[in-house]
Amino acid sequence: MRTILFIVRKEFLQIFRHKVMLPLIFLMPIIQLVILAHAADFEVKNINLYIVDNDMSQASQQLIGKFRACRNFNIVGHSFSSRVAYDEIQRGNADLFLEIPPHFQRDLLRKNKGSLQLSINAINGVQAGLANAYANAIIQDFNSQIRMEWASLAARPALPGLSVTFSNWFNPEMNYKTFMVPGILVLLVTLIGMFLSGMNIVKEKEIGTIEQINVTPIRKYQFIIGKLLPFWIIALVELSIGLFVGWLIFDIPVVGSLWLVFGFAAIYLLVVLGLGLLVSTITETQQQAMFISWFFLIIFILMSGLFTPIESMPPWAQSITRFNPVAYFVEVMRMVLLKGSNLMDIRHHVIVMLTAALAVNVLAVMNYRKTN
Amino acid sequence: MIMKQFGIFIQKELYHIFRDRRTLLILLGMPVVLVLLFGFAITNEIDNARIAILDESKGEMSREITQRLVASGYFLIDENLREVSEIEQHFREGKTKMAVVFPPDLQENIRRHLPAQIQLIADATDPNTATTLINYASAIIGQQLREQNHGQAAPMQINTEVKMLYNPRLKSVFMFVPGVMTVILMLVSAMMTSIAITREKELGTMEVLLASPLKPSLIIIGKVIPYILLALANTVVILMLGTFVFGMPVKGSLLLLGLECLLFVVTSLALGILISTRTESQQVAMLISLMALMLPTILLSGFIFPIESMPKVLQVLSNIIPAKWFIIIIKNIMLKGTGVGFVWKESLILTGMALFFIGASVRNFKIRLE
Amino acid sequence: MTPAITADKLTKKFGDFTAVNQITFEVKKGEIFGFLGANGAGKTTAMRMLNGLSRPTAGQAEVAGFNVYRQAEKIKRHIGYMSQKFSLYEDLTVRENIRFYGGIYGLPGREIRRQEKELTASLGMEGYSNTLVKAIPLGWKQKLSFSIAIMHRPEIVFLDEPTGGVDPITRRQFWEMIYKAASEGMTVFVTTHYMDEAEYCGRVSIMVDGHIAALDTPRALKEQFGAESMNDVFLQLTRPNQ
Repeated sequence: MRTILFIVRKEFLQIFRHKVMLPLIFLMPIIQLVILAHAADFEVKNINLYIVDNDMSQASQQLIGKFRACRNFNIVGHSFSSRVAYDEIQRGNADLFLEIPPHFQRDLLRKNKGSLQLSINAINGVQAGLANAYANAIIQDFNSQIRMEWASLAARPALPGLSVTFSNWFNPEMNYKTFMVPGILVLLVTLIGMFLSGMNIVKEKEIGTIEQINVTPIRKYQFIIGKLLPFWIIALVELSIGLFVGWLIFDIPVVGSLWLVFGFAAIYLLVVLGLGLLVSTITETQQQAMFISWFFLIIFILMSGLFTPIESMPPWAQSITRFNPVAYFVEVMRMVLLKGSNLMDIRHHVIVMLTAALAVNVLAVMNYRKTN
Repeated sequence: MIMKQFGIFIQKELYHIFRDRRTLLILLGMPVVLVLLFGFAITNEIDNARIAILDESKGEMSREITQRLVASGYFLIDENLREVSEIEQHFREGKTKMAVVFPPDLQENIRRHLPAQIQLIADATDPNTATTLINYASAIIGQQLREQNHGQAAPMQINTEVKMLYNPRLKSVFMFVPGVMTVILMLVSAMMTSIAITREKELGTMEVLLASPLKPSLIIIGKVIPYILLALANTVVILMLGTFVFGMPVKGSLLLLGLECLLFVVTSLALGILISTRTESQQVAMLISLMALMLPTILLSGFIFPIESMPKVLQVLSNIIPAKWFIIIIKNIMLKGTGVGFVWKESLILTGMALFFIGASVRNFKIRLE
Repeated sequence: MTPAITADKLTKKFGDFTAVNQITFEVKKGEIFGFLGANGAGKTTAMRMLNGLSRPTAGQAEVAGFNVYRQAEKIKRHIGYMSQKFSLYEDLTVRENIRFYGGIYGLPGREIRRQEKELTASLGMEGYSNTLVKAIPLGWKQKLSFSIAIMHRPEIVFLDEPTGGVDPITRRQFWEMIYKAASEGMTVFVTTHYMDEAEYCGRVSIMVDGHIAALDTPRALKEQFGAESMNDVFLQLTRPNQ
């Protein structure tokens, strides 16, 4: 026990000897959290709309007015030529253009139908899909409005009195940040923990001090625990600061128990740090360690459900996520913080993490060789 | 003479890289894995979302709607509930994302032409998924109602013709290939070089090199040339995957695309060198690259999240991120097929950044030597 | 009296390359045993097998009465080691290094503090306790490493080229420290490629291409080869044709 404490103390001394480390470990991630929470927003706002109005009628003006009133759209220009509009998209100044053909109003009144054309830059498929949905909703709205105003004679379809209502639980304001901040926190804690631990043992190998440790009677588990503890503490402190900032700036609700969050984080970190140390034991240089960590991390993060829902992955990819610790922690954070899930609700997650923590760390201890 | 020494020096750097098989494997394998993941696994499309049904009416109407929801392919029935209180429990366990509630008097009210309601309750911790699920379900239910009404055509129907430009099938891979390419180039060029140079400093071999007759600038150039080669190899691999596996077009000029990639690689290298002039330990170099380069490159460049949707401050901030300009350039060339006329401004900005980074590194380097 | 170290046909191969080829020797307790040889002759590899860092390919060896195959961890309780690569943490201060290694070897806190005082005093480093090791001269670093390697009073201390790159005066002082340790009963196993240092050893073995070419006291060796100095002995052994 005492031996472990000596290692822990030495690690702390070394980590904070570099003056830049303190801000890098604690300040940068928090700044990142604040910036990223604002950046990582899938809500589509400020869609740049270009208008080609060849009708110039009351109807077309009314339709354009509806687009102008919608906060999702920004009207960036008008023209009579679809060529010009197309060029604007090409140049990246517009995301889509609405083309109102000549005689739009006349056709509506005389032929009882009209047509419009939307051309959307679809390189970002998701954004294009949403832009299309918003635009169509506005057009539908306009459609029923003119029906009401101009066609009072037309019989309204006899709909049965059935309607669909909906409610959004846990996040009624549909605040995307509430959803993202806990996830981003996981990301930052994981990055810091994995990289610091991953580069640690290998650094001693590179400098040569590991020899001096290996020739002492220290036990392998003592060494691994001594290496793991400092980063475990740092990461937990980091998580606390992050949660506090999230609560302070982003109003993250804490519906469930904070003890549960930290308890799960404690187990989760054992897995991540154990993985880092494992990487450290199988590599020869810090550069190597960094690359291997980076490789696994980026896959872990992309497949974690942090940015894109796991449910929308194909089945084979979903089964891969069962082996992804980051996915478990992202889910637990959101469940406990936002929905108030209790220990029974997340028992499955806890069991999986405990098993993983044990396996990874045993592997790390076994892989660390004092004798070659 | 100098050229020969320089050649030998580059050879040494190449040995460093090629001797380390594991890193090489990762550097060459990572782009492949990333592109494949993005192409096959990571989408925002929703299908087979798990929903729960609370059918208190147990009538024909509720059965038909339930069947229709399942038949759409978007939904899977996870559970048939008995009580409202069970909904929250299911949400908390994270099993289902939405519940459909048919009230007991549904059938009766419809029969008597009284107002009736079907309730959709979504777990809105993820707002986008919630919105999408509710929209899908509402549309499906609405269609069911219309069909029961024998589809009376409404007057003054406006038909909207929608054209999806550049990516008619809305493939997300079109969005991600340029992004992955940017991240990989940044990783190989900036992160790798900053660490490679700091490593020589940490191990003390930098002093030895500086004492050699080679000029410091040549030493640095020699150190980065292998990484340029590696980065360009990655570019080719990513482009080939995008083109042959995912059918991503390269509409513009390949030559221009190559030159722009080279420009971005040089900018990133300069940034990596700048970081290494300011750091003494590999860990610090790595953390700086990670926090100040990789995360902003992924998140503020328009790779995953559209820049237009960000707050104004971040939109302004995104201008100092080289990756943003590079992504605009490659999307223009590959997907829109535009030429120099459309990307000269962005290219100029990148060139300016590269020159600035190089200037700052040289200045730092001189200060250190004095 | 049982010997401190015995090696019997100890061998280490790396693939096809035989780094150490069937070396056999004994080191008596309290002896200063010199392990000589050119760079790459296999000295460090041999030493690493004895202190438990490297597993032998074949042969037998016992250190402090323990078997190198089965009891490597027990050996580590009874030895000190100063590696050729610098073994102190450059980003820790002198005091922090002393405390760390003292702690790893399980010395009680009071003992660590006593040694810390004594050590800095005897090295003439008072006032440098809070200096980063990075910032002290190489000679001091080497002497400090040695003092730290024997802080826990091991039975045997292994020194791998301890005086590489330091000035003659410091080398002299370093050997005085070795003598002092030996006089307290410690067995010293030291590798070097400085032939003049061989003269300070009780007995020396000279390694050539992985095997032991000669082993005796410096005086006996000089007589045997009819040489003026150990340097001549060494040259005759390594370049027999000249």
